[in-house]
Amino acid sequence: MRAFITVIGKDTVGILAKVSSACAEYGVNIQEVTQSVLQDMFAMIMLVDIDKSSVPFDKLSDSLSALGDEMGLKIHIMHEDIFNSMHRI
Amino acid sequence: MINTHDILETINMIDNENLDVRTITMGISLLECIDENIDRACDKVYDKICRYAKDLVKTGEDISKEYGIPIIHKRIAVTPVAMLAAACPSSDPVKFAHALERAAQTVGVNFIGGYSALVQKGFAQGDYSLIESIPRALSETEHVCSSVNVGSTKAGINMDAVAKMGRIIKQTAELTSDRECIGAAKLVVFCNAPEDNPFMAGAFHGVGEPDCEINVGVSGPGVVRSVLSKCGDCDITEVANLIKKTAFKITRTGQLVAQEASRRLCVPFGIVDLSLAPTPAVGDSVAHILEEMGLEQCGAHGTTAALALLNDAVKKGGVMASSHVGGLSGAFIPVTEDAGMIAAAKSGCLTLTKLEAMTSVCSVGLDMINVPGDTTPEVLSAIIADEAAIGMVNSKTTAVRLIPAIGKRAGEWLEFGGLLGGGPVMELNTASPAKFISRGGRIPAPLQSLKN
Repeated sequence: MRAFITVIGKDTVGILAKVSSACAEYGVNIQEVTQSVLQDMFAMIMLVDIDKSSVPFDKLSDSLSALGDEMGLKIHIMHEDIFNSMHRI
Repeated sequence: MINTHDILETINMIDNENLDVRTITMGISLLECIDENIDRACDKVYDKICRYAKDLVKTGEDISKEYGIPIIHKRIAVTPVAMLAAACPSSDPVKFAHALERAAQTVGVNFIGGYSALVQKGFAQGDYSLIESIPRALSETEHVCSSVNVGSTKAGINMDAVAKMGRIIKQTAELTSDRECIGAAKLVVFCNAPEDNPFMAGAFHGVGEPDCEINVGVSGPGVVRSVLSKCGDCDITEVANLIKKTAFKITRTGQLVAQEASRRLCVPFGIVDLSLAPTPAVGDSVAHILEEMGLEQCGAHGTTAALALLNDAVKKGGVMASSHVGGLSGAFIPVTEDAGMIAAAKSGCLTLTKLEAMTSVCSVGLDMINVPGDTTPEVLSAIIADEAAIGMVNSKTTAVRLIPAIGKRAGEWLEFGGLLGGGPVMELNTASPAKFISRGGRIPAPLQSLKN
């Protein structure tokens, strides 16, 4: 299953590094990354494959969101189909 | 990959604009539980519901987590209980309400609907005793919801049932007067009741439905309002277009959740109900959408037209997004459940007469309206009759969910909490319709041609 990790918040040093190491720690494979910084707002989107994830989805989601809280960012992980169904006919 | 803008738009809808799936409702047929011994019937009801719905709440929570979309309620709708009560006429039907309550608590759902009777053409065995037992059933249980269908376009309006329901609503409020009269908030009187409605308090599982199915009700007034707030001075055609596009996106999430719940629970997918269901939370209001279109406050002249546009656009956008559409489908206007409606009712801009006009163009009807505690049963019945007539003539569902605020007068307040919200007691026209209501009989079904 593939999911999107989204990271939104104020730009600081090391966001990409911290989120990617969390992914590596849980066996989540990053397939694509896109990021943009508009004024001071940072938005990063990662398409990841979680088939080989070492933790169940809810744990993964909780730990990413806790990591977000630590860094003052909002981190979500959501199944890719929610975006596919909403934005593709 | 999907573009960044689309992804951020979805996240923003969920995080900041209250996009959610209001409910996953499992419809369960209880026809096989009919038994002449009511205790045996109750055991069968409890067992079947617990067996079928044991994974409903967990599945809803899993889907919510995985897709990142809040699913607010998990509910159950069952076969109208009057059909079960028909087999055991000398027993007290409230036992069924207790069996439903126990089952709801065991599986952990938020509501269970179906303590219902369909009497649009007359009373069958079981209907009468069930309706008489509604006040006790709703005061002795917490999660059970009740509905009675008193009219339809095909059958006309059963005025005996209308007269009865005025009294039943009053008694229900009286029996729960120590709890803000909440019993009446769990009781709906319908005309043209849909058999696959996932929304409470009017959900029941119709006899034409399969043994079990999953119906989903979406929400998202906040998203529509936010889109309109950014559209500047565009004309009404563009407003309708924007609502359609937004309704499409909202409904697609409902369709996805419904399909996924159906797959995981191995239960057929029934319908998605294309509704804009508000909550009392700020930013989740249907009234605020109407105000965003350019009305100073909901209830102003122009409200009916704005609501007609909104209701139609929601359906047009939603229909293409879902493979099966049903239930109530449209914009809801429950007064106590909508921050904008509450404010408009409080300021006096939104009156009951305007609400009645609004119900002729939108989903459902006079919903969650607090009325003075000394309102006579005849006036309540007459409001039901008016509303049923609007539904009957226009071939649409209408409903009445009034809460007589026992011991309170117009301007005072009832607070239910949670999704049911709270609101001011609204003023009513108290001129007596007593003789009209006491006549009984049936309003004949209307002509379906010569429409004017």
